Amino acid sequence: MKIRHQHQSEKIELEMTPMIDIVFQLLIFFIMTFKIVDVEGDFNIKMPLASVSSGEMEEELVPPMKVRITAGGGGQLASVALNGRTLFGGFDELHTEMMNLIGDDAQIQESAEVEFDCDYNLRYENVIAAVSAVSGYRTDSGEVVKLVEKIKFAAPRPGG
Amino acid sequence: MRLAKKSSEIQEGDLTPMIDMTFQLIAFFMVLINFSQNEANERIQLPQSELAKPAEGPLDYPITLHLTKEGSVILSADEVEIDALRPLLVREANVMELKGIPQSDATIIIRAHKATRTGKVQALIKVCQDNGFENFALRAKEKKGF
Repeated sequence: MKIRHQHQSEKIELEMTPMIDIVFQLLIFFIMTFKIVDVEGDFNIKMPLASVSSGEMEEELVPPMKVRITAGGGGQLASVALNGRTLFGGFDELHTEMMNLIGDDAQIQESAEVEFDCDYNLRYENVIAAVSAVSGYRTDSGEVVKLVEKIKFAAPRPGG
Repeated sequence: MRLAKKSSEIQEGDLTPMIDMTFQLIAFFMVLINFSQNEANERIQLPQSELAKPAEGPLDYPITLHLTKEGSVILSADEVEIDALRPLLVREANVMELKGIPQSDATIIIRAHKATRTGKVQALIKVCQDNGFENFALRAKEKKGF
């Protein structure tokens, strides 16, 4: 009887080509679907319809503040006014005014309320800049310090 | 002069480092892949703000409305004018009612284009208010370096 040799001395080589094909296809898929998403954040606004006319009487530590923003040509920012007083420094001055009025007092921060009255044609990015100016600021370490949390809009102005 | 004899064997390159790198790249892209792109819309360029920080927790019931530069509203797959938004909001309110979620728990996320007229944004808020929604979130993009 003839006995076959059980042990072969040759190396078994794995076929790498299909695996590399698949791996490269996967890589291309992930590269093509990769998208850098910008960090987004929200400014919360609570505006129940009823509170426009009938609000509960709350103790107000600071008088309600009204920010009037007007638009020039092309919806660009024309002027900013706080309680009827024009702020020539724009949103930077608005932020400084808010810092002076609100400060670090947590109670005042909670009760303070700002109403925005904007022109119809004003570019929306100006509104966000104004809301940022009154909402708070970032410290050098990157932490957000809040100023005014209650933000609302006045009745829309006619336009368009 | 004696010439070196050329080897007739096929020279095989070592594929291990390349495969290592490729797998690392795949792992990198797999971890970073973001499937939740239903909130984003290519047409909307958000305004920037240095205070725009991601929310600490997920919202209870977010409804995202995209407001384009031209003033039309995109809700899910529908694009309508602001005046025609009411049926879509009623539909959302009905869905909430079926799920037993009070309408006051919903937050309308407004993703408006930075060049949109403010009057349009206010008109959008007004329509939502008229349909019983009261919580709004104005979305902005984080401003890098200031």
